[in-house]
Order: sequence, then C-alpha cells, then structure tokens
Amino acid sequence: MPRLNDVGGQDGFGPVLEELDEPPFHADWEAHVMAMNRALIGRGIYNLDEFRDAVERTMSHQSSYYENWFRAIQTLLKERGVV
Amino acid sequence: MSDDHDDSPIAARVRELEAILEEKGLLDPRELDQVLEAFAAKASPANGFRVVARAWTDDGFRARLLDDANDALPELGLSMGGGLQVQQLHVVENTEDVHNVIVCTLCSCYPLSLLGPSPTWYKSPAYRARVVSHPREVLEQFGLTLPESTKIEVWDANAESRYMVLPRRPGGTEDLTEAGLAALVTRNGLIGTAAV
Repeated sequence: MPRLNDVGGQDGFGPVLEELDEPPFHADWEAHVMAMNRALIGRGIYNLDEFRDAVERTMSHQSSYYENWFRAIQTLLKERGVV
Repeated sequence: MSDDHDDSPIAARVRELEAILEEKGLLDPRELDQVLEAFAAKASPANGFRVVARAWTDDGFRARLLDDANDALPELGLSMGGGLQVQQLHVVENTEDVHNVIVCTLCSCYPLSLLGPSPTWYKSPAYRARVVSHPREVLEQFGLTLPESTKIEVWDANAESRYMVLPRRPGGTEDLTEAGLAALVTRNGLIGTAAV
C-alpha cells in the first residue's frame, strides 16, 4: 500500500498557491527544526534515509512541512531511547 | 528570519527538545547557528543562474552539463556534494518542442545548492499531486501558457537524483555578458514553472 506521502497524480489537494517573495523560513522554530535535524544526522543519531522513512510514516497532510519534520525527529529520538 | 510565531505551542516544544538535547550533550547551540549559516551561504539560486548563463554562452559547457552535470559543475566552482549526501544532478534542456518541469512527488527533493531554499508550494501536496497528472493546467496557474504543440516533460526527483531545468535563452540577448544573462534567469525558470 502506498504511503500517505505518495501523492503523485491524486486529486483533491486544491490549487497550487504561490507565495510571492517567500522567506526561507516562516518562523524561527522552522529554522531550528531544520538545523537540529542536520546536526542529529551529522552526529549519527539517525541517518537521512531513517529520517525520510520517519517523515513518511508519521506525516499528516493537515500539518505543515516543518511540523511533519519535527514529529519525525521526535519519533526517531523516542524510538532510539534518546528522549 | 521572522520571530512572529515564537510564542506558538510548537515553538515552545522545539525549544524544549533543544534544551533536552543540549543537556544530554547531543546538541550545541552554536552548532545550530553554524548549520544555518552554512545553509544560507551554500544554498543560493544565484548558483543556478550562473550555470544557465554559462550554458547559454559556452556550447562545450552546455554539452558537458547535459551529459553529466556533476562532472561539469566544478568548472564553476560548484558541486552537488554540499549537503548531507552527494546526489546526481540531471539538467534537462528546454527546446522549441519540449518544456521541462521538475517535482518530487514523494517529498521535497530539490537541488538546494543551485536553486536555494525551496518554496512551500514546491513541497505542497497540491503541486506534487497535480503537476504529474495535469502539468499544462499547473503551468497555467503560474502564468505560463505553452502552445499545444509543445510537449511537457515532468521529472520526478528522488533521494539519489535531482533535476534542474535549462531554460531557453530569450531572443535579443546576443549583446549581453554572462553576468547580464544570469540576471535574467529566475528560480521558477529553473523549476520549469516559468520561462525566462
């Protein structure tokens, strides 16, 4: 069964909305989530493929991009007994 | 960077997790700043603009770029190895008959070092779902209407491969320098949701 993230060709997601002059991050916490993830991968707490897998199995279309990242990071740290 | 949402519940939860990781010695606050600085310094669409301008002015470079982009990028001091892993870049060339557009249907794969941080719409389910089934309609939403005779090719990136579009050089630009040409290129032109 395809995972939730496998959306190619599906209907029902509405129009594509383009934000003009969009900043790289919309809030400070988003930048922190991105940097935290790179740091944890850099330290070998988990690897990039494990992170992708965690995003795919824990994501929600109701959550924003970096909310999904944060949920994946929390899941991996919990599964590894880090926190 | 905006601090507008820092009183939001998720901002508090991110700070809380950071504090726990710091306490355990798994994260150094300075490390986060270093990661963000390196990201901002390396990930710039100006890199992609330079690649396109060189390809427009140097046929040999263009041929090498289309043949094996990873081999050609070092000629401009660039590489695909700046991130967490090396990815193979494929540059796809627009012609009179074919227009290319890139997507990552599974997540958000994108050549960050050449295009800069990716826009939210590129990562949205709406774009990822629709551009593969109705590319012409999606391009029209971006204001790009192509002749019916133009074939549209959609390239789906993945963990190992990234794509970048080589737009067509606009007419009347014969007298421009390489820097002048680079200034014409846009981020959406490199994605394929705009012409140049």
